[in-house]
Amino acid sequence: MAEHRLTFPATEEDIRKLRAGDLVTVDGHIIGIRDRTQIRIFDQGQEPPLDLSGAFLLHTAPNVRRLGPGKYEPLCIGTTTSARMVRFTEPLGERYGVRAICGKGGLPDEAIEPMRKHGMVYFAIVGGAAALETTQIEEIEEVAWEDLMPECLWKFRVKDFGPLWVGIDSHGGSLFHDVQEAAQKRLEELVANL
Amino acid sequence: MTVATDLQQVVEDTAAHLYVWALKDIPQDLRDAIAAAVERETSVPGRRVLETIVRNVEVAEERQNLVCQDTGIAVYACRVGEHFPLHPARIYDALKTGTERATVEHPLRSNAVHTITRENTGPNTGHRLPIVHWEFIPDWDGLDVKCVPKGSGSENMSFLKMCVPADGVKGIKQFVLESIVGAGGKPCPPGIVGVGIGGSADYAVYLAKDAITRPVGTRNSDPVVAELEAELYDLLNQTGIGPMGLGGDVTVLAVHIEHADTHMTLNPVAVNYQCWAARRASAHISAAGDVDLDREF
Repeated sequence: MAEHRLTFPATEEDIRKLRAGDLVTVDGHIIGIRDRTQIRIFDQGQEPPLDLSGAFLLHTAPNVRRLGPGKYEPLCIGTTTSARMVRFTEPLGERYGVRAICGKGGLPDEAIEPMRKHGMVYFAIVGGAAALETTQIEEIEEVAWEDLMPECLWKFRVKDFGPLWVGIDSHGGSLFHDVQEAAQKRLEELVANL
Repeated sequence: MTVATDLQQVVEDTAAHLYVWALKDIPQDLRDAIAAAVERETSVPGRRVLETIVRNVEVAEERQNLVCQDTGIAVYACRVGEHFPLHPARIYDALKTGTERATVEHPLRSNAVHTITRENTGPNTGHRLPIVHWEFIPDWDGLDVKCVPKGSGSENMSFLKMCVPADGVKGIKQFVLESIVGAGGKPCPPGIVGVGIGGSADYAVYLAKDAITRPVGTRNSDPVVAELEAELYDLLNQTGIGPMGLGGDVTVLAVHIEHADTHMTLNPVAVNYQCWAARRASAHISAAGDVDLDREF
């Protein structure tokens, strides 16, 4: 298990170096995105007003205080369950060149192939650890689609963002697949002995 | 009339306080359970996850911030004494207004949406929100209010199975095991597994929710049920799901079971998961309006 520090937006070369299980810390810019944001992009066909190429997408809907038009103070920013949004993985990579999706709880196996094909990774964060995560967010730089509050498109500047684990890498590896496979085997044994 | 009006205000103020308090300050029983989990976890990522959780709870305290960004749906459990001088209809109004005030004044993220249009309904209240569970206590004039903000990550990992009598207790155990393995890292493990058995379909689900509101370390008062809690706790911690589903020894912090007697042909089992950030805050309110805040209830 290697440790890495990465700055986003990132390149395909950066991403291909990562392997499932590696520990990563991130600096730079990340984009907050959630269920309704992606439904608007992919199901309602609206182009996202922020550039997603090379982007790190964070599954989030933050607690914020409005300071003025388009300006928000971060109060508490944490990360939501990713699995609900798995069907957007392929088009995020293919159409927009997204490089990383970060959330909690993992993505199902259907994300493995798009990530391999498009050079993407899934980062697993510690769910619920929002107080700590908020200290790693320096500023909310931009907000688009405020009508979806709190499920807008958010642009955050971050420093020392993590710890993150590579849950799915761009080579077909998935930590979540491996854990689930082992757990299913164990489950069979446990049930057989009930 | 004046007493009732003042009492309504007291309940409203208490609800507003409990909602924010629950979100910021994790109860001691849970802190102890997480600390013990760090000690016994042997997987490297699992341990790092648990250490990050401990750090997060400290940061929330230092900065007076919310532990988790998901302010949840506000769920209240009320125990109303027969002689408490404010009618439950007014208690409900007070809990609703208190929830709204906390959301606006803090401010807290508003999660409540119309279930079909998905339009945000406002300050964490709406049609039938907040959710209030009632228990009525004879020969008493007090009110206990417990606020349990319930995050969606764990609530989405709720399951019901109408086992048949021939499935027996084995069927119950198997369903709980399959549910927790299937949930994997999604509900923010390690948390509290609430299990409701018996009653009817709807009541089993309610009992599972009631079970997650108990402090860690409490056991069901029926020894037969308490034994099942202990057995399921051991079984679930052998699945290897681990903290945040990254693999490890600690998959759950506790298993709580609540039960009801049932029909001879029924054997319902429900699972309601509560994440590691098992937010909970309580208050005891006297007939005179004195408020006693309680962390360990």
